[in-house]
Amino acid sequence: MSKEQILSSDGIPLEQSLKKAERKNKLKAVLLVAPLFLFILIIYVFPIGDMLFRSVDDRMITKMLPKTFIAIENWDGQDLPDEPVYKGLYEDLKFLKENKTYGKIIARLNYEKSGFSSLIKKTVRKISKFDEGNYKEQFIEVHKRWGQSEYLIALKNAAPNWSYAKYLKGVDMKFDQDRNIVLVEEDRRIYKILWMRTLNVAFWVTIFCFILAYPISHLLATLPMKYSNLLMICVLLPFWTSLLVRTSSWMVLLQQQGPINDLIVWLGLAADDSRPELMYNVIGTFVAMTQILLPFMVLPLYSVMKTISPSLMRAGKSLGGTPLVSFLKIYFPLTIPGIGAGCLLVFILAIGYYITPALVGGASGSLISNTIAYHMKSSLDWAFASALGTMLLVGVLAIYWVYNKLVGIDNIKLG
Amino acid sequence: MSKNDRFVRFDNVDKSYDGKELVVKGLNLDIAEGEFVTMLGPSGSGKTTCLMMLAGFETPTNGQIYLDNNVISNIPPHKRGIGMVFQNYALFPHMTVYENLAFPLRVRKIPKDEADKKVDKALSMVSLQGFEARMPMQLSGGQQQRVAVARSLVFDPQLVLMDEPLGALDKNLRESMQYEIKHIHESIGVTVVYVTHDQTEALTMSNRIAVFNDGKVQQLSSPDELYERPVNSFVAEFIGENNTFGGEIIDVSGQKCKVKLNSGAEIFANPIVAKSKGEKTTVSLRPERAIIDPQTSMDNNHKGKIEEVIYHGDHTRLRVDLLGNKEFILKIPNSSSGMGVKEGKEINIGWNSTDCRALDPK
Repeated sequence: MSKEQILSSDGIPLEQSLKKAERKNKLKAVLLVAPLFLFILIIYVFPIGDMLFRSVDDRMITKMLPKTFIAIENWDGQDLPDEPVYKGLYEDLKFLKENKTYGKIIARLNYEKSGFSSLIKKTVRKISKFDEGNYKEQFIEVHKRWGQSEYLIALKNAAPNWSYAKYLKGVDMKFDQDRNIVLVEEDRRIYKILWMRTLNVAFWVTIFCFILAYPISHLLATLPMKYSNLLMICVLLPFWTSLLVRTSSWMVLLQQQGPINDLIVWLGLAADDSRPELMYNVIGTFVAMTQILLPFMVLPLYSVMKTISPSLMRAGKSLGGTPLVSFLKIYFPLTIPGIGAGCLLVFILAIGYYITPALVGGASGSLISNTIAYHMKSSLDWAFASALGTMLLVGVLAIYWVYNKLVGIDNIKLG
Repeated sequence: MSKNDRFVRFDNVDKSYDGKELVVKGLNLDIAEGEFVTMLGPSGSGKTTCLMMLAGFETPTNGQIYLDNNVISNIPPHKRGIGMVFQNYALFPHMTVYENLAFPLRVRKIPKDEADKKVDKALSMVSLQGFEARMPMQLSGGQQQRVAVARSLVFDPQLVLMDEPLGALDKNLRESMQYEIKHIHESIGVTVVYVTHDQTEALTMSNRIAVFNDGKVQQLSSPDELYERPVNSFVAEFIGENNTFGGEIIDVSGQKCKVKLNSGAEIFANPIVAKSKGEKTTVSLRPERAIIDPQTSMDNNHKGKIEEVIYHGDHTRLRVDLLGNKEFILKIPNSSSGMGVKEGKEINIGWNSTDCRALDPK
């Protein structure tokens, strides 16, 4: 049977006239969304793209030593390279010296292999006295390391435009000189500890938040409006207070001469001269972060519990379920969307938390975000900071994926 | 086995929520085994509170409730073994129909094959076989209601409580569900306590109806008794349509009294509450008991003027100005001959004094 085209009353195909009628509304919708779309693009998508890009971008050194890298490409890495490599190196370094911009490559090459710092500095000092031709000999004369193939291999290894070395560094690994991926020396493996601590803190903060928030949310959802509003304000009040203020007040409370320690001493749980350290370690991080992230658990739980009719629990009881059975079989399963939302929210926030661990965490309580900040602000290794940031992002997405597989993201409820 | 006439017994039960006002006042109520009793009343009359006390979700402030001669005040709800159907069905949304029905059996540790049989039987009772795997959200309101009814009966309780179970359904569905619940009750002989504010529902379904108002049972009797012989003005007003006249008794003789109405006219009535001369009274008369141009002689006969004609399909309603009452309603059947009723027309209206009950003054 042939499908007949339906026409609207003025003879235009129905589909077409529908589109025409809807066009204006569509345009309006697009215009309404456009500012937010642009905002997200500029503020969010672009910086993340830039971060991803920076974490693997290794073009700086390639740009600074262009001739060297072209020449070194043909070298097999066995014997010392031939004259063209040294000639290229000479021209590049000379150019850099004239422009006084060789400082950057020193740090980059020294990261590739220690010893480059003095090597480059000494070479650059003497490079203006080089004669034309036979650069290889002159280089080796300036510093004998130019005659050791390991330094030249290191140089060759720095050549590719893109490198994932920063990611390896983020998991305590590196390239050895034969481009094999190996673990760094045992006493330098700090990132694994840091990652594990971050995950550990995020996990336990989530658990503590859940344990504390579940009864409160239930109370909020079941109390008469008069009391629940007051309780809600109590929950939200800290939420409205500046994060810095809250963290600082925890510092006041938790310090060694602070009220909590006074209480512990007064109760006789600790001697006055051996007051426990509640701050500048993981305890401080746990306590302060749990309190600060609590509303993020309470709100989704509350909003889900609010939708559960009290008659369901009554039905459970009237059908013969003890209060515990009714809770476990009826109430609890119905709150899972809220638990999922709350836990995901708290975990993701905790895993990238910065201010609180920075202020109350001390050295043993600092997290991966503090390290990222350190590399952004102090060591200026932005590529590494970007790599750590990307790893954090990927980690969060992985958690999200696992959650979606286990619980299903449609099951999430924020309100 | 003889039936227990006091299967459920409220003995002087008081209930207050805030310590200031009594929601239920000195309630005495006996319900026989196998009976279908409806608690009927306006909202806030205490009927749902009574049901909740019976189910165990509220405790009586004073007095005792007995179930099969045992005091149940100290038994928690899950041990009372009372089935309950809730206003909003209260089906567990995360369980299938089968799991919903199996829940009371599972908590009672009934073996699976026996439980399966019971679930099957309960579902066939509400004609929902084949719906076991559905989720409650996938069912229509009526189907959800049937599942709720089946769930309340699946564990063979002796008593089932229903709290306005049909309130959320549309009119047609509500009517068919009324019959269905009534038939289920008749076929399995379970005792049912049913709460509603819909009087037609109560009249259709119940063996006896307890009319609640102001925390008290105003009248407990069979539907016809309740309609034909209300014991006070509240019941007369609440059940069915009702025409009233305020007045004072000026003469009593046996089963007849003379009432002088506020408008000055005098009518004959049946002294029920107000029995002695000089008492104030409200006289109640059902619309269908007043007849236009009566052929047989009736002891009340008065002229009235038609104020409004309201067409109702199967019958027509007339609003008549009669003896100072401008809200007097008359019902006439819609026969093909027609009555020639028109607004402004004067008509003769007659009724018997036995149908005209002199009750307490409003």
